[in-house]
Amino acid sequence: MSKFVAWIDQRLPVSKFVRNHLSEYYAPKNFNFFYFFGSLALFVFILQIITGIFLTINYKPDAASAFASVEYIMRDVEWGWLIRYMHSTGASFFFIIIYLHMLRALMYGSYKKPRELLWLFGMFIFVLLMAEAFMGYLLPWGQMSYWGAQVIISLFGAIPFIGESLALWIRGDYVISDATLNRFFAFHVIALPLLLFAVIYLHIAALHTVGSNNPDGVEIKANKNPDGTPVDGIPFHPYYTVKDIFGLAVFLTIFMFVVFFMPEFGGYFLEKDNFVPADPLKTPEHIVPVWYFTPFYAILRAIPDKLGGVIAMGLAIFVLFLMPWIDRCKVKSIRYRSSTYKILLASFVISFIGLGYIGMQAPTPILTALGRTFTLIYFAFFVVLYFTSKNEKTKPVPERVTMHE
Amino acid sequence: MTNDNNSSKRRNFLTNLTKVVGGIGAVFALIPFLSTMSPSEKTKMAGAPIEIDISAITPGTFKIVEWRGKPVWVVHRTPEMLNIIDGKVDYLADPESSSEMQPEYAQNKYRSVKPEFLVLLGVCTHLGCSPLYKPGENKELGLEWKGGFFCPCHGSKFDLSGRVFKGMPAGANLEVPPYYFASDTKLIVGADRAS
Repeated sequence: MSKFVAWIDQRLPVSKFVRNHLSEYYAPKNFNFFYFFGSLALFVFILQIITGIFLTINYKPDAASAFASVEYIMRDVEWGWLIRYMHSTGASFFFIIIYLHMLRALMYGSYKKPRELLWLFGMFIFVLLMAEAFMGYLLPWGQMSYWGAQVIISLFGAIPFIGESLALWIRGDYVISDATLNRFFAFHVIALPLLLFAVIYLHIAALHTVGSNNPDGVEIKANKNPDGTPVDGIPFHPYYTVKDIFGLAVFLTIFMFVVFFMPEFGGYFLEKDNFVPADPLKTPEHIVPVWYFTPFYAILRAIPDKLGGVIAMGLAIFVLFLMPWIDRCKVKSIRYRSSTYKILLASFVISFIGLGYIGMQAPTPILTALGRTFTLIYFAFFVVLYFTSKNEKTKPVPERVTMHE
Repeated sequence: MTNDNNSSKRRNFLTNLTKVVGGIGAVFALIPFLSTMSPSEKTKMAGAPIEIDISAITPGTFKIVEWRGKPVWVVHRTPEMLNIIDGKVDYLADPESSSEMQPEYAQNKYRSVKPEFLVLLGVCTHLGCSPLYKPGENKELGLEWKGGFFCPCHGSKFDLSGRVFKGMPAGANLEVPPYYFASDTKLIVGADRAS
């Protein structure tokens, strides 16, 4: 066996790679609950690829047969329902995981120097993931697929001068049609997964270059043993592989419970209108995007001007890219930051969840007013943070992580 | 030494020239790829004008037909409906249809060629949903509501001429497609006149 390994290593340094990235890759020893979501996101990505491949085997990207082919998968293909529900539930869980993963970064300042590029790659993954989910949602060709896509693509029409031609070019037709479905299929199964794969690779490569942050926001590489390993670091394998496998087991228990017993999740994961085939001449009474888009959708609706709404929605995502430069406080972890930051982050999280709720409801005057308030808080977070973070009153940051014994 | 300098200058020049020519080539190579995503000839053909028989649309009724995959509404308005349009308009954002949401021949308060026949694209000018036809008064839609079109997506309201109410998510009146009457019973949608 060792001869075989040596033979391989002479030609491709596999053992060295395993050492560098697993058995001798040192991660901070004080990871907590929030550090499950990176590896879980990777797991769900792979799960989506695998279930997606098996769905493609029976799915037909054709406006005349797409809806029926999904029902065929659900009813006639052996275990087809399981694969399909894993894929649809996987999409929602992907966003739950990603949102928690991003919250972790906001809490512990994981986007700060030297991890700015890591954060940017992460944000690109988030944007690609939204595009991937949006295009995937058209494929079942239900009423909500159709009208949701209609609403989102006509957003491009709001762009001055080129908007209408751009929307026409994206659709390939004057309305959402077979042409649109066919190209969304191509993007959903080839183009975006390939791009996602590349950016995820860069995200992990950047992570392994600078190393993980941790709940104390202490750089473990600043404090090393005589042998050069960080005092507060432990090898990723076996310590964190075991931790992540445990997290995966808990995750899968919850995930498969949803897949088996409540795959539609009360109309949140799979909307009820989407069990009706797409009808271009009849709009459903109440169009809502899937839950993971509703915070941004609520921002869009909060602005009483079409172009303004589109700009606000775009800005709500774009401003997150700038976090490493908006937050000018040197202290990373929320544990040692001022109560100002704690209040800011809490109100940001509340407004995000509030917007998510409002985005799912039919518009009423009260909800619109509330939506505008939350939109204001959402953006105020970044503005206030920019001005307060420069001279923030912070607590002393310890030399080493707080649970090093 | 001078020779070295010369050759490195020439090499730099050639490298830059390769970059520029290659870059221009790459941009041109993009055109066919991006163009495949534009509407195909077949799709454009399907966008040709359609013919609608309006003899069956009696006063007060409403018909939906499909043109370019979008709903086109034909409403035969009654004299009472036209009276409502003649009435108070202070709740409308653009009662004179000054924004270009209609061909010139439909730029009037009835937004039509013949006042009794309203022809509209049934696509909300906000985000492309299809509004619902709600004739008659309706308390749920407010006191000003005397009948019109209500968009279920984001609550935009339009009157019986497809004119948008003030303060709605939709900023413009509903679009009037190009159309003409080929005879008293034949309506052509998709062209301004017989060509």
